[in-house]
Amino acid sequence: MSKYSALSLIRHAFSNNKNWQLAIKDAEPKKSYDAIIVGGGGHGLASAYYLAKNHNLKNIAVVEKGWIGGGNTARNTTIVRSNYLWTEASLLYEKSLKLWEGLSQDLNFNVMFSQRGVYNLGHTLQDMRDIERRVSANKLNGIDAEVVDAKQIKKNIPSINTSTSARYPILGASLQRRAGVARHDAVAWGYARAAAQLGVDIIQQCEVTGILKSNNQVYGLETSKGRIESNKIGLVVAGHASVLAEKADFRLPLESHPLQAYVSEPLKPVLDTVVMSNAVHGYISQSDKGELVIGAGIDPYIGYGQKGSFCIIEHCMQAIMELFPCFSRVRMLRQWGGIVDVSPDACPIISKTPIEGLYINCGWGTGGFKATPGSGWVFAHTLANDEAHHLNAPFSLDRFSSGALIDEHGAAAVAH
Amino acid sequence: MLIIKCPWCGDRDETEFSYGGEADIKRPVAPEALSDEEWGDYLFMRKNTKGVFKEQWNHSAGCRRWFIVERDTVNYDIKATYKF
Ligand SMILES: Cc1cc2nc3c(=O)[nH]c(=O)nc-3n(C[C@H](O)[C@H](O)[C@H](O)COP(=O)(O)OP(=O)(O)OC[C@H]3O[C@@H](n4cnc5c(N)ncnc54)[C@H](O)[C@@H]3O)c2cc1C
Ligand SMILES: [Zn+2]
Repeated sequence: MSKYSALSLIRHAFSNNKNWQLAIKDAEPKKSYDAIIVGGGGHGLASAYYLAKNHNLKNIAVVEKGWIGGGNTARNTTIVRSNYLWTEASLLYEKSLKLWEGLSQDLNFNVMFSQRGVYNLGHTLQDMRDIERRVSANKLNGIDAEVVDAKQIKKNIPSINTSTSARYPILGASLQRRAGVARHDAVAWGYARAAAQLGVDIIQQCEVTGILKSNNQVYGLETSKGRIESNKIGLVVAGHASVLAEKADFRLPLESHPLQAYVSEPLKPVLDTVVMSNAVHGYISQSDKGELVIGAGIDPYIGYGQKGSFCIIEHCMQAIMELFPCFSRVRMLRQWGGIVDVSPDACPIISKTPIEGLYINCGWGTGGFKATPGSGWVFAHTLANDEAHHLNAPFSLDRFSSGALIDEHGAAAVAH
Repeated sequence: MLIIKCPWCGDRDETEFSYGGEADIKRPVAPEALSDEEWGDYLFMRKNTKGVFKEQWNHSAGCRRWFIVERDTVNYDIKATYKF
């Protein structure tokens, strides 16, 4: 496959862009593989890419029931940051952030990673204490973080309402300048193309319907395209993790909820950073096309429909209006939902399973997009070595019996 | 928006209710007799069913009573609601 470059753009311009090679060729399943990744979201594709690139495995497949990146990857609000409270979590997210910083070069695909900064607002004295604590913890872990006051916020984000008479007045924020947003589709396509270049078969429209095992060792999958064999299989199916775990007879501590997002009609540039608020529960950024990209909290009930309830839309819009009264006349163009796999401690599970050769990467809930590169990196390591990487060792499934939870609920400054 | 039928008050908007998750999880009678795995299973492991699911809701902004809902978690159709 040819390399994308400025030169190739010019060359193809002369032939009216008619001769571009297909970025990813659709593969049909072979009889068996050295490793199979189930789920062609960002995390699954990244896992396959790093298996091929870092661990030199040659015969790998990614099996996706729909199309690649059609799940949460393409439905999320793309906030990337690493300012989590606990050391285990922040090191994992920081590994990701470092990979993001070189990702477009590494994949030879522009993922449009834009380090425009993320503000996590504080509205109460307690919020500000938590922010001080989290920023200090971040600094101790070598992660860039600072506390800013309302004056600085107003200076950097003129459209925000910092009036002291607001119902939830803004007292300050944490700011991570290296944080930002990326182009979600490009992440899936970039990883898929780079993985395919290393020989990974990307198999779409192929739903896994059964997991084959004998003597507690996995040996293959039943799929809508027939049986595919492998004794190393990684499940990376986000909201459907419990459904697949049930097929392999083990249980997960997850609940799958709808999570909604919205985009507005395009506007002239008005917001050049990302703003999140725990207290009013909304978060917002502006895409390069000019749309406001807005995210809500989860719908409270378990749901596998990729939609949520109207009351959440209303609640989220109230939150945004509270922060940005000037957006009151902006119309929303689109609304959708994804299915997020929420774990009890708001941290992922990147782990071996009770079945030999079967591994799982799930529980990213409302905040896994930012972790796509790091998640793939450590999961590939786990599959290749049959042992966790030191960064994901704390995120094993047995923490739910040992009690060593990593409680990022609340601590993580809105879990997106 | 879900319309949920409280067995005491009748049809009400979803916003009047709070969610209580999976139904029929019983606290073990003798926790001290359980292994860590069994206790962890009780505390954390969930069915997370895709399809018809038995769950508990509380009419928190109404009569404040708990009850059971059988709901399809894919199309959100409510099949039945009844008292414990
Ligand atoms: C509205 C919304 C906003 C969000 N905002 C953010 C944010 O701002 N920042 C952030 O970091 N995270 C955010 N997230 C979370 C983030 O999107 C997810 O944590 C992350 O995308 C999960 O990655 P994935 O690639 O594993 O998931 P997915 O892209 O969902 O991939 C899983 C894939 O598995 C496939 N699959 C399922 N079952 C089967 C089967 N039986 N056989 C074969 N394939 C199967 C699915 O079709 C799907 O393509 C948000 C999520 C949502 C829904
Ligand atoms: Zn009632």
